[in-house]
Amino acid sequence: MVNTGDTAWILTSASMVLLMTPGLALFYGGMVRAKSVLNMMMMSFGALALISVLWVLYGYSMAFGDDLGSTADGGPGLLGDPFQYLGLKGLMEDVTSEAGGLPPMAFVGFQAVFAIITVALISGAIADRAKFGAWMVFAGIWATIVYFPIAHWVFDFTLIGDDGVVTHVGGWIANDLAAIDFAGGTAVHINAGAAGLALAIVLGKRRGFGRDLMRPHNLPLVMIGAGLLWFGWFGFNAGSAVAANNTAAVVWVNTMVATGAASLGWLLVEKLRDGHATSLGAASGVVAGLVAITPSCSAVSPIGAIVLGAVAGAMCALAVGLKYRFGYDDSLDVVGVHLVGGLVGTIGVGFLATAAAPAAVDGLLYGGGVDQLWRQTVGALAVLVTSFVLTYLIGLAIEKTMGFRVDEEDELTGIDTVIHAESGYDFSQLASGGGGSSAGRPLGAPVPTGKGARA
Amino acid sequence: MKLVTAIVKPFKLDAVKQALETVGVSGLTVSEVQGFGRQKGHTEVYRGAEYQVEFVPKVRIEVLVDDADAQRVTDTIVDAARTGSIGDGKVWVVPVDEIVRVRTGERGPDAI
Repeated sequence: MVNTGDTAWILTSASMVLLMTPGLALFYGGMVRAKSVLNMMMMSFGALALISVLWVLYGYSMAFGDDLGSTADGGPGLLGDPFQYLGLKGLMEDVTSEAGGLPPMAFVGFQAVFAIITVALISGAIADRAKFGAWMVFAGIWATIVYFPIAHWVFDFTLIGDDGVVTHVGGWIANDLAAIDFAGGTAVHINAGAAGLALAIVLGKRRGFGRDLMRPHNLPLVMIGAGLLWFGWFGFNAGSAVAANNTAAVVWVNTMVATGAASLGWLLVEKLRDGHATSLGAASGVVAGLVAITPSCSAVSPIGAIVLGAVAGAMCALAVGLKYRFGYDDSLDVVGVHLVGGLVGTIGVGFLATAAAPAAVDGLLYGGGVDQLWRQTVGALAVLVTSFVLTYLIGLAIEKTMGFRVDEEDELTGIDTVIHAESGYDFSQLASGGGGSSAGRPLGAPVPTGKGARA
Repeated sequence: MKLVTAIVKPFKLDAVKQALETVGVSGLTVSEVQGFGRQKGHTEVYRGAEYQVEFVPKVRIEVLVDDADAQRVTDTIVDAARTGSIGDGKVWVVPVDEIVRVRTGERGPDAI
């Protein structure tokens, strides 16, 4: 029998997490200049389109198939069998146990939207300068070589039947290392952050980085995006309980309060350092807090969540300045927010976990010693190094073959008109036919060329 | 005939327009422009990075007047637009050779 309450919550959560990617498109889109807003948003929508297909074809199987090379005693925990659920075969029938549970497809859907947003997150590091085709090729290869295996490491738990027999062998970080990563601080955020750093290095700086004015063109879009991300993140974290239960409720509250504390932490750093509390800072603090509470939301108390969030908000606010010191153009601070926030949250579990929380483990500050701390640190570093190295190689291969960057003139003109043949805004009466005359087009207005559907 | 051009702070547009109406000006043209003078822009901060925004938003007001009215219109604009702080803008006057009203074809002072 399907547990209808759990199923309803997971399908709702999955839909909320899907909305995070369009939310991310707004968050990122508002931060770039007006001439590349569409390209920025298209990188998120491109990930939505492509990864949803790859997930159904073989992604789910690579992440959640039986561990390749495993026996009843366990396995290497590196990769799921890509052929076991190829094309989601065998997953349409209801195989839930009599004790209740989720239909397999509910979990397939819930995990699909995690894969999508992880890929989309990386795009913030390469704003204004990547060829769309190269990005799509990168997205497909990166999901296949980096995300699907790492999702297996982190999210695929070994299953043991009622008779004590292992029925499914999962990934090494979740089972052998036993690091706590409730909703993806490693697999999603450290992974995307390290990938963003590698890709920003491969592509190089934007023309005029550090010299020209590259201020965000639409901060209200950024704040709408941050709001949608926060909303969707309740599905991301509380949905990761994979049930409508007490764990989900605790996680929900931790997700709310850590995020509030992080936004306060970021604003405080800004006020003390720059003299102004900014809207971009508030929105960025929200995301930093959400990132940090993602791995830790089942392991800390609400008070622990406040501490963790405040630390993450303050540290990320300081970390976004690193790119100017080290000279890499991580345009929208994927490193400063997702890598740093992911590290704070993942390693923070080792300090702030309390046995009173659903994960039932004590961290260093609660008398649990360093046992959980080293597991968290190993898990975080393993994902960081793997993601950075593999992403660098994938990026370099694309750069050397098809080329990853647009040429200089196209970059200066604006990537929207060059790559997508569109522009984000057309407010001018002069340029939008506002004259209303049939005698001729207004100065500078677009002219139908007669090509395509209108011909 | 003269063209009076004024660059003023955007929030002063209404005050200037009302003042000009009281001295009998029956038409003007405004446009949103950007520029800098001794005010030299302002600073904005995004994620801790400071940006010097050199071009400040201003409003340009253009009024065509008869020779006899030029001085009065100029003074009216200056009085209405002044705040006394830096960045109040400028007003200048240039001679105009010809004016034509498009609808009627009237020329010269009659077209003002």
